[in-house]
Amino acid sequence: MAISTTAIYVLWLREMKRIMRAKSRIVGALAMPLFFLGFLGLGFKRMVVPGMSGGVQYIQFLVPGIIGMALLFSSTMGGLSVLWDKEFGFLKEIMVTPVSRVSIVLGRMAGGMTTALGQGVMILIISMVGGFRPRGIIPLVLAFAFMILISMAFLGLGLIFASRMKDMQGFGIVMNFVIFPIFFLSGALYPLSNLPVYFRILTYVDPLTYGLDGLRGALIGVSAFPIGFDLLIMSSVSLVMVFLGAFFFEKSENA
Amino acid sequence: MNAIIVDKLTKKFNGFTAVDELSFNVETGELFGLLGPNGAGKTTTINLLSTLLMKTSGTAQVAGHDVAKARDSVRKSIGVVFQDIALDIRLTGRENLEFHAMMYGMGKAERRARISEVLRLVDLEEKASMLVEKYSGGMKRRLEIARGLVHRPKVLFLDEPTLGLDAQTRRHIWDYIRKLNREAAVTIILTTHYMEEADALCGRVAIMDHGKFVALDTPAKLKDLLGGDVVSLEVEGNAAGLEEVLRGLGWIKKLKLHEDVFSLTMERGERRIPELIQTAQGLGIIVNCVHLRKPSLEDVFLHFTGRKIREEDMGQNGPFGSPARGRGGRS
Repeated sequence: MAISTTAIYVLWLREMKRIMRAKSRIVGALAMPLFFLGFLGLGFKRMVVPGMSGGVQYIQFLVPGIIGMALLFSSTMGGLSVLWDKEFGFLKEIMVTPVSRVSIVLGRMAGGMTTALGQGVMILIISMVGGFRPRGIIPLVLAFAFMILISMAFLGLGLIFASRMKDMQGFGIVMNFVIFPIFFLSGALYPLSNLPVYFRILTYVDPLTYGLDGLRGALIGVSAFPIGFDLLIMSSVSLVMVFLGAFFFEKSENA
Repeated sequence: MNAIIVDKLTKKFNGFTAVDELSFNVETGELFGLLGPNGAGKTTTINLLSTLLMKTSGTAQVAGHDVAKARDSVRKSIGVVFQDIALDIRLTGRENLEFHAMMYGMGKAERRARISEVLRLVDLEEKASMLVEKYSGGMKRRLEIARGLVHRPKVLFLDEPTLGLDAQTRRHIWDYIRKLNREAAVTIILTTHYMEEADALCGRVAIMDHGKFVALDTPAKLKDLLGGDVVSLEVEGNAAGLEEVLRGLGWIKKLKLHEDVFSLTMERGERRIPELIQTAQGLGIIVNCVHLRKPSLEDVFLHFTGRKIREEDMGQNGPFGSPARGRGGRS
């Protein structure tokens, strides 16, 4: 079970090379969150959203939500990308090498996380150009920590699904019935207190809720739960997810 | 020294037995063939030996390591070229090899030297910086064979190395396989459902059907099992007289006379034809036509299973099965 840093590095490097060669993919991945940010932000600019603490503009509220959205989609896709390798046969090439499965999982995570965080940071920068003002350096560092945790959790989730699925057939189902509900129940677009009570229970089991709340707390200083609580929940969830992802990946037969 | 020792190896998928108590040895340096139709269990056998699948029962050792207990040691000692292309098409040929070499923990200098060496072996030096996306089918195969060799494996598995390639490319691949078996002294296990491929390449061939070996020997010996070559002679004159003389010759194993045509079964028919003609001429009989037919592995397969290998293929994929899908199936 030795962890090979070379293997982690080379798996990461492969991901970076692939991304750098597929510029259209970067643009495509950024487009959706930016559209959401642009259209919702402008459309609801003058709107007073009930349930939001006084003085916070909707666009301020939205930016952390959209960063979370980019992280959610990008990280889940990063985990699920194992399926692409399965489909194109490259997974076998990886699996037949004398590298521990843990290193393979870590290498994938490193690649997926770099991609996801890159997107999150780009959205943050673009919003800052557009007028979004975070509260300072330390809050930015804290926000970055939350971004890492969100990314880890959903990379793990993607990996769990990828290990349980044989091919890409189930991809749409995962997107529509897992990822989109996670997104809408997380409070990325509106304060969760506006949801009916029975829905609100679901929002409490959605890990992204705590990730976003922490991100919002760090970036704009408004959060539903104490930041320490968000951090605790998010750290535990992401560790469990990574562990489960690695576990299922190890167990799956890839011939 | 045996490179591979397999004892009662079995793999079941949900009650279906893909590999059924297989036992065989492969010697170091051998070029060993697994021949059989799609679905015979060839790829499953390769996947078991290359640690991609876990066995249901039995044991197997590759390069001295147990495939279930010492998986990483096995993985270090083997190279695998899979049935389906397993390259990253978004990387260049060289990057694919670099990736592989790094996964095997090779140092930078060694990596560079070895990669140019294997690229030269498969004549891809000039295309090494091209994205694999732009490679032809034959180039991809050659790159994969090169990759299988980068880390100097003791045993190389080639799963249907020429499937889907045109005849010319196939012959080239055969040359590469022979070359590396000879020059690099690698033990090679190859699966194929092309008779002529097993015949052309393999020192020994195991004929596989329904997860079992139905025969295992050199291609020549397997063909000899059928009694040897068939020489047909079309004669003019006293055929009955010639028949009497021919029946007296010990090396003719079977004789059939139908009108003026003799069918004679013998070993090494090409060496006997002059003698046959002389015998006939000695009796004043004119030989109008001679035909020599060597048994193929196809005949051997037919002999052991009662079926032709191609019929089985049709049954597996169906006439509507696309070739691309057919390749993905377990065999």
